[in-house]
Amino acid sequence: MADVETFGKALEYAPSRESTAIVSIKPRYDLFIGGKFVEPKSGTRFTTINPATEEPLAEVAEAGPEDVDRAVKAARKAFPKWSGLPASERAKVVYRIARLLQERAREFAVLETLDGGKPIKESRDVDVPLAAAHFFYYAGWADKLEWAFANRRPRAIGVVGQVIPWNFPLLMAAWKLAPALATGNTVVLKPAETTPLTALLLAEVLQEAEVPPGVVNIVTGAGATGSALVSHPGVDKVAFTGSTGVGRAIQVALAGTGKRLTLELGGKAANIVFEDAAIDQAVEGIINGIFFNQGHVCCAGSRLLVQESVQDLVLDKLRRRMETLRVGDPLDKNTDVGAINSAAQLDRISELVDAGTAEGGEVWQPTCPVPDKGFWFLPTLISNVAQSHRVVREEIFGPVLSVLTFRTPEEAIAKANNTAYGLSAGVWTEKGSKMLMVANQLKAGVVWSNTFNQFDPSSPFGGFKESGFGREGGIHGLEPYVELEPIK
Amino acid sequence: MTEHLPVRKTYKLYIGGQFPRSESGRSYPVTAPDGTVVRVAEGSRKDVRDAVRAARSAQPGWAAKTAYNRGQILYRVAEVLEGRRSQFPAGEVQGAIDRWVWYAGWTDKIQQVSGSLNPVAGPYWNVTAPEAVGVVGIAAPESPSLLGLVSRLAPALVGGNTVVVLASEASPLPAVDLAEVLATSDVPGGVVNIITGHKAELLPWLAGHFDVDSIDVTGVPDDLLADVEREAAANVKRVVRPEQGPLDQSPHDILRFMEHKTVWHPVGS
Repeated sequence: MADVETFGKALEYAPSRESTAIVSIKPRYDLFIGGKFVEPKSGTRFTTINPATEEPLAEVAEAGPEDVDRAVKAARKAFPKWSGLPASERAKVVYRIARLLQERAREFAVLETLDGGKPIKESRDVDVPLAAAHFFYYAGWADKLEWAFANRRPRAIGVVGQVIPWNFPLLMAAWKLAPALATGNTVVLKPAETTPLTALLLAEVLQEAEVPPGVVNIVTGAGATGSALVSHPGVDKVAFTGSTGVGRAIQVALAGTGKRLTLELGGKAANIVFEDAAIDQAVEGIINGIFFNQGHVCCAGSRLLVQESVQDLVLDKLRRRMETLRVGDPLDKNTDVGAINSAAQLDRISELVDAGTAEGGEVWQPTCPVPDKGFWFLPTLISNVAQSHRVVREEIFGPVLSVLTFRTPEEAIAKANNTAYGLSAGVWTEKGSKMLMVANQLKAGVVWSNTFNQFDPSSPFGGFKESGFGREGGIHGLEPYVELEPIK
Repeated sequence: MTEHLPVRKTYKLYIGGQFPRSESGRSYPVTAPDGTVVRVAEGSRKDVRDAVRAARSAQPGWAAKTAYNRGQILYRVAEVLEGRRSQFPAGEVQGAIDRWVWYAGWTDKIQQVSGSLNPVAGPYWNVTAPEAVGVVGIAAPESPSLLGLVSRLAPALVGGNTVVVLASEASPLPAVDLAEVLATSDVPGGVVNIITGHKAELLPWLAGHFDVDSIDVTGVPDDLLADVEREAAANVKRVVRPEQGPLDQSPHDILRFMEHKTVWHPVGS
């Protein structure tokens, strides 16, 4: 047994690099408004880079207020016809998007990895297939909406402004667009400034699918562009995924306007491991919970709550497993942990981990080498921390796991719920009744029991408390995009 | 026959199952339907805080009751209200009684109407069900003061929430009378807390309170709405509007005071 580490290290991995030949990145990208790519009236552009190499990929248009206004007007103009289309025809358009995403899946996966730094095996096996599945699921709802709401007739709201984050760029676009389009709304979408490219490739797919001009408009830019979009008086509904800080600012900005709002915000999920858990499975779940997508996951299991009696066992196994994680070139199919999305995010992670050390936490990292260029942060375990510590309270949004212990289920639940967030949680036990009791008492929108970080278009996702409101996915994901009229 | 002097009622607050005066020692005059002027407790922000604390303490117990039990308790409210109907506005009391009966029956049905077993593409059991959002603040409509209040209060209680109500400012008497009904209807203390006073003074404190999860703005005056919604953003409160109108009777109103939780578990051997 002492040789497990030696054995693990003896296994060398030959590089298995995904080719980038399938993607042709243009030197510059315009805004997608009214079905066409148009130059920004703002006249400004920004550079998007590959975070794994720090090399520039393309110049991307930065939409100013005039550009946002043009996009909102295009969406407004397209609304009557799109919402008035026979629902079965609208369904077919959305089905086409799903099919084209599947056809061009490899291209999207490579581009997502290039622009965002996530491992190709994740963009290939998770992001892109789930994005296609999301369009396919909601396409089917378009002509069945009258069955979704008890005694109510749903109708489209109007123009929807959607602002999405950089951690799952294409997937978040799909989560936002699919239900909005299926219910007959028109959209102005703002991708994140560090990851605009797959949304712009999606614009090409929308053209290919013959989505009518103006039904989806894509305005690239940073915070100012997003702010101009959500504040635009022509927007009837806002959907935002991102940090709780920005979400709160949007809620303030929309106060008194009567605009509809849904927010999918930050998290600080507890991952609770009981002594009667299947420990090896739990260790895999902890790894997946926090290191999936470099921990750039709002629902990441970033607080490990382990029962005191198995603390040493679990942490030993966890460290051993972390030693086998391969950090590096996101295009390598062997890579487990890719690049941190941006220099700014790397700074934030480093700052918080330093704060963890300063507050008395013990930081442990494996010995994996990382490339010289690019943004990297090794998988990190912080123990000897208390609930008051910043690394336990604040969302780090990186591959950093804080470890707390507990003795009783009641203590585990109290600690798990001791956060302003409430997006997700995990519970590991082989005892069904205990699992259900804990799941009932956790204040979280999604509870993964004996698994973690599972997603599906038919499964509602969204937070309690300061993790936001509204659900995405499933029948529940339709409600944010409809007005309900009584059936007379 | 000797003439008897009527015994006048002191209209107090309802917090944690008790009827305290405002800690501020203030009261304000209100004209009763019979034309007499009575004094009503003028609640303070401290009273609001006390009410939130009572609501928070009562919430887990209320939510943990079986849906059947919660349904019987809400039905009991209708029974007791029926017996006291002469105390309430004649034009509203029948509607209010009927509303309690209607919502009482929803406690053990709302999960079935709004829950789902989700057909995920993998070996997982995946289920979604609504549960209480927690502590709800309700700005009751100014008018009709009884039916308006019941139309917002009952749907919030169905799902297991506890509530802090700011009563109609101009016509608070039915709210205080309703508190007496609730206090004698097996509704546990703290599940409903009723504050009378000035909305402009109290609403920002209720809307901004970090231990309130949701705020119903049905009875918020137009000129206060933007402020209230700004305050509500402090802890990302759910701002609730009635689905169709202030006198709604709809399961969709129940669901606006609820959160959907989704639970995953692998299926296998």
